[in-house]
Amino acid sequence: MTAQSAHNLVADSLGSPAAAPAAARSPDAQVIAFNPPRAPLGERVWISAQGWFAAIVPPILVLLALLFIWELAFSDPKSSLPPPSKVWQDSKDLIVDPFFVNGPQDIGLGLRVMTSLQRVIMGFGLAAIVGVLLGALVGQSVWAMRGLDPIFQVLRTVPPLAWLPISLAAFRDANPSAIFVIFITAIWPIIINTAVGIRNIPQDYRNVAAVLRLNHLEFFWRIMIPAAAPYIFTGLRIGIGLSWLAIVAAEMLTGGVGIGFFIWDAWNSSRLSDIVVALVYIGVVGFVLDRIVAGIGHLATRGTQAT
Amino acid sequence: MLPFLKVEQVNKSFARGAATTEVLRNINLTISRGEYVSIIGHSGCGKSTLLNLIAGLAKITTGGIILDNREVNEPGPDRAVVFQNHSLLPWLTTYQNVKLAVDKVFSQSKSRSERHTWTMHNLELVQMVHAKDKLPAEISGGMKQRVGIARALAMEPKVLLLDEPFGALDALTRAHLQDSVMQIHARLGNTVIMITHDVDEAVLLSDRIVMMTNGPSATIGEVLDVPLPRPRKRLELSSDPTYLRSREAVMRFLYERHRAPSLQAA
Ligand SMILES: Nc1ncnc2c1ncn2[C@@H]1O[C@H](COP(=O)(O)OP(=O)(O)OP(=O)(O)O)[C@@H](O)[C@H]1O
Ligand SMILES: [Mg+2]
Repeated sequence: MTAQSAHNLVADSLGSPAAAPAAARSPDAQVIAFNPPRAPLGERVWISAQGWFAAIVPPILVLLALLFIWELAFSDPKSSLPPPSKVWQDSKDLIVDPFFVNGPQDIGLGLRVMTSLQRVIMGFGLAAIVGVLLGALVGQSVWAMRGLDPIFQVLRTVPPLAWLPISLAAFRDANPSAIFVIFITAIWPIIINTAVGIRNIPQDYRNVAAVLRLNHLEFFWRIMIPAAAPYIFTGLRIGIGLSWLAIVAAEMLTGGVGIGFFIWDAWNSSRLSDIVVALVYIGVVGFVLDRIVAGIGHLATRGTQAT
Repeated sequence: MLPFLKVEQVNKSFARGAATTEVLRNINLTISRGEYVSIIGHSGCGKSTLLNLIAGLAKITTGGIILDNREVNEPGPDRAVVFQNHSLLPWLTTYQNVKLAVDKVFSQSKSRSERHTWTMHNLELVQMVHAKDKLPAEISGGMKQRVGIARALAMEPKVLLLDEPFGALDALTRAHLQDSVMQIHARLGNTVIMITHDVDEAVLLSDRIVMMTNGPSATIGEVLDVPLPRPRKRLELSSDPTYLRSREAVMRFLYERHRAPSLQAA
């Protein structure tokens, strides 16, 4: 960039003969290479190590402190909840090996999470596609908005689990019902954010599309989706978080091998330590899902901000 | 010369609820092929509105606009617009922004490789090849405006519509771009309509200057011919009597007879 902008400054100077073809560079144009001094390798490694250090050490310290307090608070054998040391003793197998298989209902938590994730991915994926399309419709058409928006506003307040009975009745099977619950939970923020994003597309971009006579499909792909991408990804991020919340609750009721049912099962057989481990799994996976969607969003919306 | 673009008895009102405001009244303007016409007037008088009507981006209330024997009633690439704030698509690189227009306009008539060559050719015309893979956010305001001009030129429009193309730029960059536009106009002979606030810019670039009265119900107050030979050199012009006379005529119109509404009130 630096070398090019230097070049540009020289090439564009007023001195270039006015009648000459603009493409021809004026004779006094020259490339001035400008290489910003780069810090030596050792120093750069040190700086990035410092960054990592600053990001990782404080949460670890806080975590250790919390574990310590927890240990102290529940160390009494008669206490209602297990302290960390007891969790480790009781559920060591779950913690150290996420992927063991000892029988159809005795599998590692990693595998259980995978089952739950499969449902989330299907439900959320469907919600993403349908949500963006419906959001585009609502954002683009005043009549679609007038007709659909009030309905969406009502439906979105229905809690995820309230959909489960009706979904079980409709699908007569646990798996599609769980997927439907994910779908119906995740879709509202996607629709609403997409619609807002599309309503906020600057008139300028619409004018460009009009002058170029882009058809509906071209307008959707070339203008709407990229222009609304930051909003769409906000919706997707909220949606994936809600999906993960909903799947655990749904699985508690539908059974199967998912992480949600595992918790319910552990509760029924009083394996409190297992529940603690499962909670950690759920938290970490939810965090990772959020980061993944945010990361994709960050990549996909490069350039759309700051113009 | 035959009229190429004809604006006839055009009125434009905006309706908001029950209230309508008339912005333009009785606009008549005839422009011949290859002419460079500037529109000048105080802020808010309706210059952009007039340009949008010619572009087809806004609907005419009454009257008609005819370009090359066809009535204008919708936007199209034969009337390419360079917008005031560049309006490049920020998620596309410089090259892709121009290519989008080229692909759309020449989807039938040019092959893939011809479209690439044509895109590059237009970037060369505005000296932006070096930044072809940069996003709009990564280049300066002047560069963005160049790319906007390249995109418009690449459509091979019958009329090039410029809405204050250099308004947001510093004086030096503005001078560079004015020179570029003059060169391009000399080479390609486009018909150009340009809105401007800047008297010097209007006189330097135009064959004719259309001066608009203040709104509401603005109309064309006066049209001034600028009989300066081309190519024009800004340094030599600064003492040219024709230049000075034209400049004074525009100034008189703007600052004596049709002062800005806020100044009149003061
Ligand atoms: N969509 C619209 N609805 C209602 N009124 C509008 C609309 N667009 C423009 N106007 C009004 O029309 C008048 C002229 O606006 P226009 O943008 O054409 O002015 P302009 O001459 O281009 O001003 P500037 O030099 O500041 O760009 C203004 O009073 C504006 O409020
Ligand atoms: Mg304007």
